[in-house]
Amino acid sequence: MAQLNVNVGALQLQNPVLTASGTFGYGLEFADLIDLNRLGGFIVKGTTLLPREGNDYPRMAETPQGMLNCVGLQNKGVDYFAEHIYPQIKDYRTNILVNVSGHSPEDYARCAERVAALDGIPGIELNISCPNVKDGGMAFGTTCAGAASVVRAVRAVYPKTLIVKLSPNVTDITEIARAVEAEGADAVSLINTLMGMSIDIERRRSRLSIGTGGLSGPCVKPVAVRMVYQVAGAVGIPVVGLGGIMTAADAIEFIMAGATAVQIGTANFIDPTTTIKVIDGVNAWLDAHHVASVTDIIGAARQ
Amino acid sequence: MPHLLDLRIVSVEHPRADYVLLKLTPLAGTLPPMAPGQFVEVQVPHAPGTFLRRPISINFVDEAAQELWLLVHAVGEGTRTLSAMTEGEMLNCLLPLGDRGFSIPQGQGRKLLLVGGGVGTAPLLYYGRKLKEAGHQPYFLLGGRSAADLLQLTDFEAYGPVFTTTEDGSLGEKGYVTNHSVLHAEHFDHVATCGPKPMMMAVARFAHEAGLPCEASLENLMACGLGACLCCVEKNATGHNVCVCKEGPVFPIEELSWLS
Repeated sequence: MAQLNVNVGALQLQNPVLTASGTFGYGLEFADLIDLNRLGGFIVKGTTLLPREGNDYPRMAETPQGMLNCVGLQNKGVDYFAEHIYPQIKDYRTNILVNVSGHSPEDYARCAERVAALDGIPGIELNISCPNVKDGGMAFGTTCAGAASVVRAVRAVYPKTLIVKLSPNVTDITEIARAVEAEGADAVSLINTLMGMSIDIERRRSRLSIGTGGLSGPCVKPVAVRMVYQVAGAVGIPVVGLGGIMTAADAIEFIMAGATAVQIGTANFIDPTTTIKVIDGVNAWLDAHHVASVTDIIGAARQ
Repeated sequence: MPHLLDLRIVSVEHPRADYVLLKLTPLAGTLPPMAPGQFVEVQVPHAPGTFLRRPISINFVDEAAQELWLLVHAVGEGTRTLSAMTEGEMLNCLLPLGDRGFSIPQGQGRKLLLVGGGVGTAPLLYYGRKLKEAGHQPYFLLGGRSAADLLQLTDFEAYGPVFTTTEDGSLGEKGYVTNHSVLHAEHFDHVATCGPKPMMMAVARFAHEAGLPCEASLENLMACGLGACLCCVEKNATGHNVCVCKEGPVFPIEELSWLS
């Protein structure tokens, strides 16, 4: 049994496997299928200050080795989360993080403040990279000034672990990573989905209600590994890697590229037990290769 | 409560070239309890172009034989691959899904009209059996483009009278299900429907005008089947998005936005 525990800022994870926001509901949806206490942590779906309906149907299109979605941050708002969901999940013995989104830096900060009051939530992931909402989301994550403004506003009111989720839909992701690091982010997570499109040629229309959507799944993995590699070389804070992880070998790739922890996203839709298989698989790989701790392979592929 | 199970294919029938009836049994133990109207997310093996699971309605459950029946219309790569599977192969299934299937009315002796179109007739077979077992009287009204579209008719007849319509008149009354004479010749207490959305909306309007409670089973495009991805939403009567996979897939029509 190898050592699997890692630290992301002040967060102590029993293993490096988290779930990606928007792919794991509030955790409860998977509680009949896996033991949530075995996870390094889970990140609940994108939460905003006020409820949001999200985009119209259709919101999903299957693609080769992946899928597009344009859900658009449908959620019942942070107060609903605090009153109705939090009491149901707070006693799980794992790290529960909330993915926070908003329209403006003030909006993000007010939502983060509400989450900060919940003792059982040791950190948040700031979503400045949702490609499916017009206001907020990726609008902040594609410029250094925009990203910095949100992190600055949230950092001022949020004392616990602050992870910032970055968009891959930028010219140079390392600049954005450095900008959020400079504002006091404790870690960055990447990548959010890649903007894409799929057209139904019989209907001569996009398959998605708003035209474009975010691409996820194994098809984005090489892009994600490359960006994790670049960002890990550009910042001093921990990097959480995600994008198309289906297996333990995929997770190890991200860790060797420089990720301290990883998130499992779209794979939860294909096999809801993926997280557990990845945790066990990483452990088995480390044992087979006589590696004492997962921390020994973080950035192992870096030259 | 959903389970992730490997099920073995014990029988493959092709009631029509582009349909397959797969009968599946657990490798060990028994099938979990399943309600009519619930569905299964099937992982399609050997289909590299098929990334997501395929949601398939529960056609029938034979508890004595421990068989789950899935009736699949081969319309794309995923369903075509399922259609080409053979006896002895395994399918990984997430089941049963959906918090709300078709309801079994209180009491006994209620007359229910179950209206199906195309492959949407599939879940009505299991529902019909459950209704009959509960002491109710299901009537089946099944529609298709032609006679070849109407499957499992003798199976349906075991549980109640079967009425059919075809657009070309090759079987039953010519036209659509909503034009069938049985709608006026008989009085029903409840209506349930599964099939193409325009058909279900027409059935919903009929039921609404006749003052009958009506349930419809939806099949919006979905990824997870567990209520996590929020892709399969339908607008409800108050304008909010509800998750078909988790909060349905069966909804009383007055909860949907169809009647306004």
